[in-house]
Amino acid sequence: MRLSNREALQNAREKAAADMKQEKFRILICAGTGCLAGGSAKIYERMCQLVEEHGADIEVTFGEGAAHDADGGCPVNNIKKSGCHGFCEMGPLVRIEPMDVLYIKVKVEDCDEIFERTILHGEPVERLLYERDGVRYQAQEDIPFYAKQTRLVLKNCGHIDAEHISEYLAVGGYSALEKAMFEMTPEEVVDVIYDSNLRGRGGGGFQTGYKWRQVARQPEKIRYVVCNGDEGDPGAFMDRSVMEGDPHKMIEGMIIAGYAVGAQEGYIYVRAEYPLAISRLKTAIAQAEEAGLLGDNILGSGYSFKLHINRGAGAFVCGEGSALTASIEGERGMPRTKPPRTVEQGLFAKPTVLNNVETYANVPMIIINGAEWYKSIGTSGSPGTKAFAVTGSINNTGLIEVPMGTTLREIVYDIGGGIKNNKKFKAVQIGGPSGGCLIGTDLDLKLDFDSLKKRGAMIGSGGLVIMDEDTCMVEVARFFMNFTQNESCGKCIPCREGTKRMLELLEDIVAGRGTMEHLDMLEELGTAITDTSLCGLGKSASLPVLSTLRTFRDEYIEHVKYHYCRTGNCQALRNYVIDKDKCKGCSKCARNCPVGAISGVIKSPYVIDSSKCIKCGACESQCPFGAISAVSTPPVIRDDVSEGEV
Amino acid sequence: MLDQHYYDKADEIISGYGTESRFLIPIIQDVQAEYRYLPPELLTYIADKLHITEAKAYSVATFYENFSFDKKGKYVIKVCDGTACHVRKSTGILERLNNELGLTDGKHTTDDMMFTVETVSCLGACGLAPVLTVNDEVHASMTPDKVTELIKELRGEMDEA
Repeated sequence: MRLSNREALQNAREKAAADMKQEKFRILICAGTGCLAGGSAKIYERMCQLVEEHGADIEVTFGEGAAHDADGGCPVNNIKKSGCHGFCEMGPLVRIEPMDVLYIKVKVEDCDEIFERTILHGEPVERLLYERDGVRYQAQEDIPFYAKQTRLVLKNCGHIDAEHISEYLAVGGYSALEKAMFEMTPEEVVDVIYDSNLRGRGGGGFQTGYKWRQVARQPEKIRYVVCNGDEGDPGAFMDRSVMEGDPHKMIEGMIIAGYAVGAQEGYIYVRAEYPLAISRLKTAIAQAEEAGLLGDNILGSGYSFKLHINRGAGAFVCGEGSALTASIEGERGMPRTKPPRTVEQGLFAKPTVLNNVETYANVPMIIINGAEWYKSIGTSGSPGTKAFAVTGSINNTGLIEVPMGTTLREIVYDIGGGIKNNKKFKAVQIGGPSGGCLIGTDLDLKLDFDSLKKRGAMIGSGGLVIMDEDTCMVEVARFFMNFTQNESCGKCIPCREGTKRMLELLEDIVAGRGTMEHLDMLEELGTAITDTSLCGLGKSASLPVLSTLRTFRDEYIEHVKYHYCRTGNCQALRNYVIDKDKCKGCSKCARNCPVGAISGVIKSPYVIDSSKCIKCGACESQCPFGAISAVSTPPVIRDDVSEGEV
Repeated sequence: MLDQHYYDKADEIISGYGTESRFLIPIIQDVQAEYRYLPPELLTYIADKLHITEAKAYSVATFYENFSFDKKGKYVIKVCDGTACHVRKSTGILERLNNELGLTDGKHTTDDMMFTVETVSCLGACGLAPVLTVNDEVHASMTPDKVTELIKELRGEMDEA
């Protein structure tokens, strides 16, 4: 079905919406990466079987066939494979409309009951509902995890079938493109985005409209639109969810960008680690082309735009603009000196608009509702919403979206449901390996670009890794440094050599070989790397270290002065001891010790010679009586170490 | 020299893209997808076809972590060591895997070419941490004991095959 003009698009949208309305019920089975891992594909199959068997008794609509049959799906239209709902910890998730009931942790065995009770008789299966503090929540929208969110970018994720363009059309899809192309000039589109003060969601927070305006003003007429879907920050998956759950929204944003700046082609650069996102995007592009929304003469407007997908090949640095474009060109993904900037000479040395997935996904709603509407959400400096991936030691891990300026406390406690296993909140790592740590006193900090920058952290792509009291901050700093060191492209010396030296210092510290001088050197090196590195990766590489050094200096001092790790995370600082009362003298530990550090007489308690012990933990895992454990001995003299915990 | 069908396959992949140098990465990605590694002979061959120097092709292929010149096992197990998985103790998962399979930091593939174990920075399935993938299929909320089970299962599958 090729839509050759504006009216054809409007009709297609109306028809899709009417078709959707006709469905007496809809079963949306989450087919995001998370729920698929939990077995949601089998749930989909079983539900299809059940609905088909009872097709005569209940009103089901059958799809046009081809699209469904091709992927081996069922021909019943009422059952959808949706994108990620965000509530990954509770997966697999099944949502049933129009009751809007959300079932959590669904198993294949539950399908019959769901079908029988909910589909046939309209009553909920209570044991599958979300429960918190003794309250069962029937409607998805009432669950605290969702109720406190403002889902604009993620609005359709989980509510429509990501593999069919008709679903996107039914919820008003491509009406922003229509408005932009038929009611606005390219300049007006740029102006709206500029006025909305939409800031890049990939990390830097640079003004999107400013970039667009610059590209539109270049004398060179061949221009490109590039989407950065190389979501490499460990602990962030919002872009993956948009690409998997609502790919057309992002594509629509890219076509609008192309129209606004006069680009003829666009590229989406996606991490190779996201195979599902790649396949959903391919499907979406093919469907948009078939519908005449991509390709030559879009909707008869005379404007043509082509879209390509490039897969990443496992280099974190390719999230940096000039490295990303180099990678698309078939080169090593190494950043270059700027200027010229990407807006002047980006992909193939042509003016290029480069934004990330979430940024493009914001564009359609700004075009529809206007800049003023957009600015009414969030804070004055950072309008709109932000998606955060909330992970780590928290009850409700998952993907959330809140207005900019929401406090950390609201996210951790109201939406996130607090810390796992009732542990104490210790810190949150924001912005991945380029970000910093926020602590208890920051809980009321408003999360937006400027407040975080002031605090020495950055929003990054929006990964929030929550850490409880059992997490060693020195080890976390080492972990991030190890990551950036691995991912350093090696082009500039400060980053290539500096991160390596910083990692060595941190490894010394967690191994108990550190001195107070190590801390000074870390600070000196960290500052130098930040000041002299070529690109953002190097400039921010030392942020996690510098920020933990500032905030958790006590822990660093304990490591170097007293060889003590209060969390017991640092293996080398552990002290293995045998509990005399529990030890039966079986000698198993002694036989398994690789260095012969354990000795004793059969049937009486064994002892570990700590000078020989290499802290491998083999004895602990072998002991049949649980008599061996690692203790972290607190320092004897702790006068000069304050308790500075949060 | 590899068997002729390798070169035929490379030709087929190249013809799907074209011989511009910008297609180097997608072409070698497809070759690797086909053989689960990138035969060095083929990289040389492809460089020639794309009119770029062998050195250039190697500089690109060695830059990206995803390319491997070594043959990989039938099951490629990627253990996620992203932040979320790390704080939920992914190190223990890797240790158990290496123990079960007799692998070390420097040896990633078993001698029988059945298993390759790698670590990756983030698979984007942080809500289910810690995770690993077996040939791109995600296994969620792993524990060392579940690793042992998984290996047993995969080995069983092999026996049947």
